[in-house]
Amino acid sequence: MSEHRQNTTHATVWTYIKVALVLTGVTILEVGSTYIRQLTPIIVPLLIAMSAAKFALVLLFFMHLRYDSRVLTLLFCGPLLLASGIGIALMTLTGAFLVFGN
Amino acid sequence: MAVGALTHLAIVIAGTLVTVVGAFRLALEHHRTPAHEHQVGSLDLDHRKVAIWVFLGSECFFFGTLIATYLAYKGKSVVGPEPHQILDIPLTTISTFDLLMSSLLMVLALAAVQRDDRRQARLWLFGTAFFGLIFLGFQAYEFTHFVREGLTLQRNLFGSTFFVLTGLHGAHVTIGVVWLLCLWLLDLRGNLRVTDAIKVEVAGLYWHFVDIVWIAIFTLVYLIP
Repeated sequence: MSEHRQNTTHATVWTYIKVALVLTGVTILEVGSTYIRQLTPIIVPLLIAMSAAKFALVLLFFMHLRYDSRVLTLLFCGPLLLASGIGIALMTLTGAFLVFGN
Repeated sequence: MAVGALTHLAIVIAGTLVTVVGAFRLALEHHRTPAHEHQVGSLDLDHRKVAIWVFLGSECFFFGTLIATYLAYKGKSVVGPEPHQILDIPLTTISTFDLLMSSLLMVLALAAVQRDDRRQARLWLFGTAFFGLIFLGFQAYEFTHFVREGLTLQRNLFGSTFFVLTGLHGAHVTIGVVWLLCLWLLDLRGNLRVTDAIKVEVAGLYWHFVDIVWIAIFTLVYLIP
């Protein structure tokens, strides 16, 4: 897989615009859901899911991980998973999840 | 105690300088020898691209720790103001939208450079930097407003963790804006050709990373009650 092939298999401009529209839509949904009282019991997982979807869209399309070498995915996702694990461990140790549970 | 604090500060400043200078040299190097234009290694990938992804991986630890610290101390401030009393979600939604749109302009700039469309490349590069500046303006307004409301770095745990997290993100945006303006100037001087697309791609990867960090901050700091 040469550098040239990687560049030519990137998404089209129209794909980028569609991704930007989806990102805008999800952001509106995120903010809107914080004002709906009925969603209160599930608001934290719902917001995290929507945020993760936006995160993944930017990574896959704008940062081209969908089209680039898997080595680059490993170079980024490895540290990302480790950092997330350290964060979750830190929050567990300091009882942060108890605050969310209340 | 003061000497220890100064040593820590000096190490942080030295580390920041090395990182910033290294990033700028990586981004703006302009090889006059055509043989050096493509720096493809054994992984069949450009070295600069591998380097920026490794750097972004290390940045995951940096921001991951800051976000985890903010969440670990959430709701543990002894005195106010509390997040729900002071955070302005509608205003931050606009600045979030601004940063998301800057990412769109960044990929449009890269696509323009790759097809050697100089006029559009200049337009989108400047547009991305301009949107970054708007984001920084929103952040400056927010910080000023918070200080007027009594929330400072030393006021409570919320103030300390909030200003450190969002302030360091703002510092990253500032570096990104300077980087993009440097590329825009290179383009104005005719030094950004289709063979230099990797420089825009590397800057773009950094910019999108700053965007995804904000996606996480917006949800975890502003939206989660």
